[in-house]
This record gives sequence, structure tokens and C-alpha cells, in this order.
Amino acid sequence: MGSKQLQYQVASMRDTLFKQGYLDEQFVQLEELQDDDNPNFVEDIVKSFFQDSVRSFNNIEKAMESHPFDFEKLDKYMHQFKGSSSSIGAAKIKEESTMFREYCRQGSAEGCLRTFQQLKKEHAILRKKLETYFQLARQAGPTETACRSK
Amino acid sequence: MDTSVGGVMCGSNSSVSMKTSDGVSDQFPAGLRVLVVDDDPTCLKILEKMLRNCLYEVITCTRAVVALSMLRERKLLFDLVISDVHMPDMDGFKLLEHIGLEMDLPVIMMSVDDKKEVVMKGVTHGACDYLIKPVRIEAIKNIWQHVVRKRRNELRELEQSGSVEDNDRNRKTCDDLDYSSSANEGSWKNSKKRKEEEDEAEDRDDSSTLKKPRVVWSVELHQQFVAAVNQLGIEKAVPKKILELMNVPGLTRENVASHLQKYRLYLRRLSNVSQHQGGHTPFLCSQEANFGSMSSFDGLDLHALAVSSQLPPNSFATLQAGGLTRSAVNTGMGTPPMDQRNTFNLEASKVRFGASQPQNDNDKQVNLYHGLSTVIEPKQLPQLQQPVQSSSSMGLQVNGGATGFMSLPASLGAHTMAHNGTAHGNQMVQVAQNRSRGQFLNELSGGHPSGIPLSLGQQMFSNELTGRVSGRNMPISNGRAAIYTLGSQASPVLDFQMNHNLELPAAGFPQGITAGVSSIQQTRMFQDRETLEVKGTRGFPTNYGIFNEQPQNKMQDWEIRNVNSNFEASSPVLASGRKSALNGNASISSSTIVSLGEENQVGTSESSVQLGNRPPLDSAFRVKCETFGDFNCDNTFIGKPFDQDDLMSAILKQFKSLSKTMSSVLMFPVMDDSMQFLFHPERSVKAHAPSGTRAA
Repeated sequence: MGSKQLQYQVASMRDTLFKQGYLDEQFVQLEELQDDDNPNFVEDIVKSFFQDSVRSFNNIEKAMESHPFDFEKLDKYMHQFKGSSSSIGAAKIKEESTMFREYCRQGSAEGCLRTFQQLKKEHAILRKKLETYFQLARQAGPTETACRSK
Repeated sequence: MDTSVGGVMCGSNSSVSMKTSDGVSDQFPAGLRVLVVDDDPTCLKILEKMLRNCLYEVITCTRAVVALSMLRERKLLFDLVISDVHMPDMDGFKLLEHIGLEMDLPVIMMSVDDKKEVVMKGVTHGACDYLIKPVRIEAIKNIWQHVVRKRRNELRELEQSGSVEDNDRNRKTCDDLDYSSSANEGSWKNSKKRKEEEDEAEDRDDSSTLKKPRVVWSVELHQQFVAAVNQLGIEKAVPKKILELMNVPGLTRENVASHLQKYRLYLRRLSNVSQHQGGHTPFLCSQEANFGSMSSFDGLDLHALAVSSQLPPNSFATLQAGGLTRSAVNTGMGTPPMDQRNTFNLEASKVRFGASQPQNDNDKQVNLYHGLSTVIEPKQLPQLQQPVQSSSSMGLQVNGGATGFMSLPASLGAHTMAHNGTAHGNQMVQVAQNRSRGQFLNELSGGHPSGIPLSLGQQMFSNELTGRVSGRNMPISNGRAAIYTLGSQASPVLDFQMNHNLELPAAGFPQGITAGVSSIQQTRMFQDRETLEVKGTRGFPTNYGIFNEQPQNKMQDWEIRNVNSNFEASSPVLASGRKSALNGNASISSSTIVSLGEENQVGTSESSVQLGNRPPLDSAFRVKCETFGDFNCDNTFIGKPFDQDDLMSAILKQFKSLSKTMSSVLMFPVMDDSMQFLFHPERSVKAHAPSGTRAA
């Protein structure tokens, strides 16, 4: 009973993440890759992403300490971050990183700074949401697969 | 279908490609070994998982430098590389370049960057695909196609390893291919099946040729034509004026126009071939051409000998004897009712013994006969025949032939001399030179027991002719000229060469074509050549003996070096021919030829080196170069496995078609055609027919 409720909760939470634009179709791709060989594949990947993004953020912040900005360098860092964020389907983060790169292209330090703050915010939000989500999903158990099939 | 997964798994490159090309095994993409390079661990993990879910074998790498070294160490362990574009240690495009240069593996680039310029950069750097991140499993599922495509392309490249010319030729002569292939199949019935097709082809040719009555450009007619052109000046000569000057009833402006066109082309070729010579009436007449060719033929031998400064008459005789025997063989062959044989000998026997040759298209042959008859001296016939009769004893043949040659030369020699005396002399020489190549080849084939020369010769033609350097011809021509005067002996040989030339187009071409088409691999080539050889054998079985005899009888007299020189001379040509067949490298051949003229020894070394590239061919070749005895062995060895009859039949067919065209055209046209062959080998028999038609 409880598990069913939990499952429902997980499913609706997932829905919300999609509906609110935090996640996109790529996340479904990850879910589909998950199988018996890697039962926690999605979670592992997401964890890896957030761990790795710390490094990216450090790089970017460091680069933004020097003035004037080395936009090329910033763009490169953000490019990589965009790649990984898009790979896990972190839609909002990807949007922010796309914007950041656009500001890099324009040479707008202010835009970069502002966007980066926004990005970090989105990043934190998603991290929290996903952490909760995975926690719930683990509790709900294997039925999580059923949700996925949707 | 029948693919074993194991084959794929073990990853031998061929296994995957081959199977996929005919039928993809159910498990095919499984086991495809993919190296993924991405500095982003998250992406890498996702991609790895995707690939594994597609049953690919995956190795991941976060550093491009490491990936590259890994690839260098074990490049055979991977079928495909997927690389990110932006990596801190090495740009993905750089990696792509390295991979493309060093291991030629299919590389898929990926990036979150979907800008057109970046994608284009990937394409221009040789990426076989460009995936936009995030990569979706749908894209990953299909990446195996790049492996298949790459391998198929490689296969195709191998097949088309021949030069562009070869390819062209292949395309043009794909029909002819059938003949040769049928010959390979070795069953007369198969060839019969083909025969129908061929007949169709013939019909086609005929229809085109029969629409208008052909004008036979006889020697006289051509001389008239040349006279008219010379009178007008080649620049100002227009068909109408030429026609007026010639004043030949029945001749139309179109006839003259087409002939003029050919003539001009011919002049251009000649001028290309031998620029040093100012003359430009090379076409002169068929007779002259023949002489030239003959002389050139002899010239080759003589030249080689001359180079070595050892030209004992005996040796000369022996050399020619090879040619003679050949002819003798032909005659002998010609008499039998067998179609194949007749075809094969067609020109030789018919030309000379036109009367004697019965079954095969008599009318046509007769024409040929007419054309040639002018050249041939009555004496020759008996002499030639003698060898034939004594075919059993090679040594006798050789001797007889030699003597015959010697005796005949007088008449021919006179002709040539006269020509030389005239302003045309140079041109004649040129003609001879041009011919000489063909003759070279022919000669080689004739002289050499193995038919290889034939095929090679043809290829040589094609390659050389187009891209030939004048320089090459020059030495030969010079030598030839000297030779010319030297020996009336050459003249008797003339007939032979004529025959040879004619034969070549017919017999050799198909083979050459095959080679080109099939040229997938050396082995293929080899087979083709073998067929050729078979032909040669067939045609000139006696040659074996002759050759054997020669070394024994005359070789002793000469220095071995001389022998070698001759062979060498031939060998470079052959080599070039082979080369061309395989690679289409005309340049190589040129150098060798030049060397021929100048230094035989050098030539040998070069030739051998060239051969070195193609091992299979090599061996046979080298053997020839090195020693006679081996050479013989080689020939026999090669020759035996093949069914001569089949080959003959194939040749026969071609000959028939050839003869049809040729027959209607008189001597001159024949020469012309053959010349064209020499120059444009890529023109197959088919192409040949129309040209003859145009003369009309």
C-alpha cells in the first residue's frame, strides 16, 4: 500500500520535473538505459553530473575572477558543462549555459555573471529536486520501472 | 546470415565488412569495438552505457592524447572511434586528423555544438558522422553503418585501384569483360552463352557501321589524302579542299572529314610522342607504318643489343626468330578449322596467307589480306610456313625463321630505306616508334613464351599512350632508326609485327580490361594475367620451345647480358603494364623505358623494383628478367593450369568483332586502328569498331 503511494508520488514528482521544464527527453533516454546490469544507472549518472559540475563551476568562477574576462575560455568551460548537462536532460541548466555562451560570444561580462548566477541557482534547485526524487524512487522500489515506461 | 558472431567479435576487419556486404548477420553490430573519447565523465558514462546496450564493445577514454596512443598501439582492436570535439588536452579535430592519417578508422565526432561551421569542420576533417549532444541511443544504434561503409569503400577503392584511365576503360569495355570472364570460367559453353551477347554487340557495331558504306582507305587513297593535306598545309586543309584535290569518285566530304580528324589526332599524338622530330607526315601509309612497326620491333631487340654493343647477326636472327616462330605458330594454327585458333591467328595467318584461311569471315580477312599483301613479299610466305611445318622442332623453326628473315629483309629493307630517304623518313621512324610499343608488347609476347606480354602490353599501351612522355619514345626511336638502316632483317619481321599488333587489340584488350575492372586485388590481376598468358601460350606454344632453344643455340654466342637486356627491355614494359593495371601508374613505366633505351642493366633493376611492389606478379616477372630458363619454367607453369581452348574462344570472339571492323577497312585503316589502340588502349574493341566506321 505504502509502496504504491510512494510509487505514485515518485511518478507525479517526475512528471512535475518534466512539466516545469527541469528535465527533458534526454532524461528519459537515461532511464531507458537503466537495466538489471545497472539498476541505479540514472542516479549514478546524475550524481556524477553534479559532482563533476563542481569542477566546472570552479573553473568558470576562477576564470571570471580575472578581468577582463577571457570569454573564449569561459565559453570553452561552459561548452563542456553544457554538454554534460544536456546529456542528463537537465533542461533548465542547459538553457542557462546556452545563454551564458551567448553572452560570451557577445563579450558581455555582465550577462555572463548574471547568467552564471542563475545557472548555479537552477543547478542547485535541480540537484535538490533530483535528490529527493531518487530518494523517493529508491523507497518506492523496483516499480519505478513502471513509471518509466510512461 | 552465415556470419558467425565470432568473426565479428574477433574483429578481423574483413570479417565484419564482408559479411555485412552480402547479408548482415543478426548479431552483426554486436561486438563492434568502439573507442569513446570525451573529457566529460558524465557524457562518457552515458555514451558507454548506450553503446553497451547496443551490444558494442566499448572502451572509454577521457583524454585524447591517451586515446591516440592507445589507438597507435592497438589500432586493430577498434572498429570505430567516437570523439568529442572540445577536449582540453587535444582538439577533437586534431585527434580526428591523426586517426584518419594513421589508422584510417571511421571516426564520429560529437559535440553539443551544433553550429554549421563546426559540423562542417568535422566533415572536412574526415569525420564519418557528427552527433549533436546529447547523443541519443537511436543514433548510437546505427553507428555500425559507418564501419560497414568504410570497409565497403575500402573494398571499392581496392577494386578501383587502377588509374582513372583504367576505370574509364573498364566502363567502356565492361561488355568485353564478359568475354574474358567467360574465358576464366573455362567452359566453352559459358562462352557460348556469352556469344549471344557478343553477337548482339556485334550487331550493334554492325548496324552502326553498315548504315553507311565504308570507305576503304587503301594505301593509295591515304597517300592521296596525305598528299592533298600536305599540299594544302595541315593547318589549312579542310575536308572540302582535300576532297577536291583528291578527286576520288565516291568519296564524300564526310569521309574525308572523318579521316582528316583521325589524321590530325594521329599527328598530334605523334608530335607528343616525338617532339624532336620535325616531320609530321607520319601517317604516310599503312605500309610504311608497318615497316616502321616492324623496324621498331626489330629495333627493340637490336637496340637492346646495340646498347650492349654486341650485335652479332646470329643473335639478331635469334631474336627475330622468336617473332618468326611466333608467326609460324600462328600460321600453323590458322589452318585448322577451329574457330578459336583462326581467330587467334586471324591476322597473322589471314594477312599473310589470306588465301589459306578458310572458315573465318573470309571476306573480311580477304580485305585484310589485301591491305597487308602489299607489304608482304611472296618469299616470306614459304619461309614462314616452313617454321610452322617444323613446329615440332623448335630449334629448326628458329633457324628457319631466322634465315627467312634474313632473306626477306632485302625487300623490306629497301622499302624502309626509301622511306627514310624521303622527307617522311622521320615520321616513319616515329610511326615505328609508336608501333614499337605495341610491338614491344607484341614482341615480348611473341618472343616470350608466356602470354603475359600481351596483356601487359595492352595495359602498357593504355597507360603509356595517354600519359606518355615523349622522351621515352625518343631513345627508342633513335635506336630504332639506326636499327632500321642496320638491318633489312627487320623488314621480314614486319609482317609479324603487323600480326602482333592486330592480335593485341583483339586478344589483349579484353584481358587488359578485365584486369582493370577486376583489379580489386593483386590476386585478381594475377588471374587476369594468367588468362593472358594462357592466350599467349595457346597462340604460341612453340615459343616456349623457341625460347628455350634460343638461349641454347644463340645465347651462347651472345653474352648473357644481351639476353637480359632484351628481356629487361620487355620487362619494364611489362612492369609498367602491370603497374598500370594495378595502380594506373604510367609514370613508372616511362622511366623504365627510358632506362631501357639507355641502359639495359639499369632498366632491369628498376623493373625489378617496381615489381617488388606487387609480389605475385613480381615473381613471374623477375624470373623473366633474370634468366631464360626460369622464364620458360614460369611460363609453362602459368600456362598449363588454364584451359587454352576457353581462352581461345574468348579471344576468338573478340577477334571476330575486330576482324569484322578491320576487314572492311583496308590496310591503312587497320593500321590506323591498331595505332589508335596503341595510343588509346582504353578504347576497347568496341570503340575500335566505330573508329573504323568513321573512316568510311
